[in-house]
Amino acid sequence: MEKIYQELKKIVGDQYVSNQPEERFFYSRDGGTTEPCFPDFIVMPGSTEEVQKIVLLANERKIPITPMGAALVLSGLSRPLRGGIVVDMKRMDRILEVNEFSRFAVVEAGTSEGKLQAYLKKHHPSLKHSVPDAPPMATIGGNILIHGSGHLSALGGFHTEMLNGLEAVLPTGEIVRIGSCSVSPYWFSRAPLPDLAGLFLGWAGTTGIATKIAIKLYPDRPLNDIDIFVMEDADSVPDVIRRLSGTAVAEDITAIMTPVPEWASGFQMINVIYGAESKREQVLKRDLLRESVKKYIKDKVGGFMPLYSDMKGRFMEAPASQLVRFADVKKGGGFEYVGAIMPIEVFPDAYRKGLEIAERNGVTYSTGARIIGLGHTMMFFYAYAFNRADPIDVKKAQKALEETNEAALTIGGIPWKAEVPAQQGIIRRMDPNTFKLMGRIRQTLDPNGIMNPGNWEVPS
Amino acid sequence: MKYQEILHRCFRCGYCKLPSSYKDINCPSYLKYRFETYSPGGRMWLLKAWLDEEIKTSPHFAEILYSCAACGNCVEHCVFPKFKADLLNAFVAGREELVDQGAIPGIVSDYFKAIQLYGNPYKLPEEKRDAWAEGIGVPCYTNEEFLLYIGCPGSFDERGQKMARAVASLLAKFEVSFGILGKEEHCDGNEVKILGESGLFEVLARNNIEQFRKKGVKKVVTLSPHAYHAMRNEYPKYGAEFEVFHYTHLLARFMDKGDLLHGNSRIKVTFHDPCYLGRHNADYYTPRTILNAVPGIELVEMDRNKGDALCCGGGGGNFFTDILGSGTESSSRVRIREAIEVGADILAVACPKCAKMFEDAIKAEDQEDKIKVRDIAEIILDERL
Ligand SMILES: Cc1cc2nc3c(=O)[nH]c(=O)nc-3n(C[C@H](O)[C@H](O)[C@H](O)COP(=O)(O)OP(=O)(O)OC[C@H]3O[C@@H](n4cnc5c(N)ncnc54)[C@H](O)[C@@H]3O)c2cc1C
Ligand code: SF4
Ligand code: SF4
Repeated sequence: MEKIYQELKKIVGDQYVSNQPEERFFYSRDGGTTEPCFPDFIVMPGSTEEVQKIVLLANERKIPITPMGAALVLSGLSRPLRGGIVVDMKRMDRILEVNEFSRFAVVEAGTSEGKLQAYLKKHHPSLKHSVPDAPPMATIGGNILIHGSGHLSALGGFHTEMLNGLEAVLPTGEIVRIGSCSVSPYWFSRAPLPDLAGLFLGWAGTTGIATKIAIKLYPDRPLNDIDIFVMEDADSVPDVIRRLSGTAVAEDITAIMTPVPEWASGFQMINVIYGAESKREQVLKRDLLRESVKKYIKDKVGGFMPLYSDMKGRFMEAPASQLVRFADVKKGGGFEYVGAIMPIEVFPDAYRKGLEIAERNGVTYSTGARIIGLGHTMMFFYAYAFNRADPIDVKKAQKALEETNEAALTIGGIPWKAEVPAQQGIIRRMDPNTFKLMGRIRQTLDPNGIMNPGNWEVPS
Repeated sequence: MKYQEILHRCFRCGYCKLPSSYKDINCPSYLKYRFETYSPGGRMWLLKAWLDEEIKTSPHFAEILYSCAACGNCVEHCVFPKFKADLLNAFVAGREELVDQGAIPGIVSDYFKAIQLYGNPYKLPEEKRDAWAEGIGVPCYTNEEFLLYIGCPGSFDERGQKMARAVASLLAKFEVSFGILGKEEHCDGNEVKILGESGLFEVLARNNIEQFRKKGVKKVVTLSPHAYHAMRNEYPKYGAEFEVFHYTHLLARFMDKGDLLHGNSRIKVTFHDPCYLGRHNADYYTPRTILNAVPGIELVEMDRNKGDALCCGGGGGNFFTDILGSGTESSSRVRIREAIEVGADILAVACPKCAKMFEDAIKAEDQEDKIKVRDIAEIILDERL
């Protein structure tokens, strides 16, 4: 072990590697409910070459490696399930290129969402990227690789759909470039090449370490507005969302259902955010949205909530900082959520199942959804708060999360950024040949089984 | 441990590491070390683990606690309004526990010993406290309106002394009625408190209060924002009844007297908010009011200003202990690069510790030709009188 420690120091410098109990404690867990798994080393590379050397060392010594961004998925995916090395990527945070004309940015994978957001605001104010509601320390790499979504997902889909290309270190140490950057100096697209990006997306860091990422940028319009459609009838929500998203006006559509404040309990609030270049465009877009759900307004099923302009800013904040405050509703410092990707038509079922599970387990909940594309799918979330200082309360939340993952699968959805038990639930339902193919790909890429082992595996 | 009831409420979300623009890391110790453990959230989780006996007392744990610069960025930017005000208090409470256990870093222990034995961290005779005032004819306090309190860096550090002379000279020029304690002055104890020796702090505070009372002091004006903070916010707990000002508060009163200030050469100045005037005492405007009133000064803002300012790294005792250390990612050097980026000729400061930290950082960055550090009083005195 001491030898490995010395070799890691040689690679990244003394200052950026630790085997101390304090770091091993912190990096063994995240803010969710999963059990700790202790790393032997934590290392913070500063370049692709350093990542490569770490991977080569791990191969030589057959030590597991777990890449980590900000560990904000909350489902324990950056815990080293089999120990070994946690690679904290956040020192690789340089913004390498912004192409204003072709609207893309190339960043190191550990760049935080907040850093890119601030950089664009200052240096390229006409452009923005799709900001997830995760805290701003979340990394672009971590977010893209788990199929994240955000404030432009109604316009551009999952963040993986906004990925133009990437550079990665394979589990055997080769550095590869994926997308146009493998052929051209421009990181403009993944098409028309065979799309190898899929080898890294959704794999929870089991197929390599992404070191550079190119993502699409979008116009940052001078006028931004929000309309909130409020209704009580969950059965009508899919059609309302289909209509609103079908106007192709929105940049972001989210639904929020929360039991607090008490008056809001039972309401579905559908937030539609859109931008415009001019007042005329803004009015036109607002009219199109209103027109699309006219029937529901006429039938008094729902209506748009009156909003003062100072309130609008709060609803449009990216990332929405009030979301994290849910962790303190029980003065307990914790929440974890099941995010499940589902078709919009199952919304009523998803909503009712969530309430039922929360009530049965006696957990404090908040639910909602982000619409992806023109109503093509949604990420439906069930968040459960818990008191970190009370192990029984943590267990209660854990149980509710497990039941929710199962319920999501039963109604036809798929848990996103799935923790290990949820991964296994998915595998149980997966076409066996698909799972076999996944295994063959991993075996080819990672013959020594060093990359984040324990994920996407059948329990032995 | 005090504040232990809030430790488990940290969600380790990391808002506290950043300024409000999210531009870059704004916690000096996390910026330097980059392990999560050195971030505010890291400290919260480690303190809880330590109390739960999941980790043991160790030199590494002590280093983590003592690398906090007490800058207050986490208090400002944590998104949990119900406990954020006590984040730094919890870190200091952790240090207090280490003091009780005798498990503090050697350099911190040396600091406390120096205060006990010499009355100052420089291990210099207290009779030298008035050395800074030599030759400028500053009166000793008898019954003037203000007591000008200088503090340890202003009394003993060469850079601090220069600033003390500028402030005293300027106050004299503006005919402020003030005096100093000179050889009779004692340490204000702010760093003693923040380093976790609350007992010693109480002694220092009570002694100063008693001395001021005996001398009939009604108004104190401090050179350092650190002393300003301690006297304004901590001393009243021990019975202090005098009013406390930072020297910029007095200077600001003279800025409408246009005939006092002369000279029109253009200078581009950017102001670095000292944590103990800014974030800890919410005064962002006094220094700017002064700089805006000085003829010929173009005041430009760095991206991180006011509540978002990146600390010089000298707070929390680090000015003396240097646990945070140097290097390209030390916050003082990052800050210098930021000041150069906005094209400033002068980085204006209002704290002797900031002045020293930044002068060293300019040397380390090899940028002495590009930018200079000047305290606000020095700018007025050297350029505009
Ligand atoms: C309050 C809150 C709100 C959230 N809202 C959203 C939201 O709106 N949209 C959204 O998409 N997510 C959201 N999330 C979930 C999550 O925080 C984000 O997706 C976040 O971007 C994940 O990034 P990270 O850097 O924290 O990744 P981590 O959690 O560190 O890692 C995620 C996974 O990716 C792997 N990984 C990380 N970096 C690399 C790399 N460079 N190469 C290979 N593998 C890597 C890890 O091993 C792990 O399996 C939210 C979370 C919270 C707490
Ligand atoms: S201190 Fe506050 S902002 Fe920082 S990680 Fe903890 S909860 Fe989040
Ligand atoms: S006070 Fe400053 S240095 Fe200390 S933890 Fe908070 S942000 Fe970091």
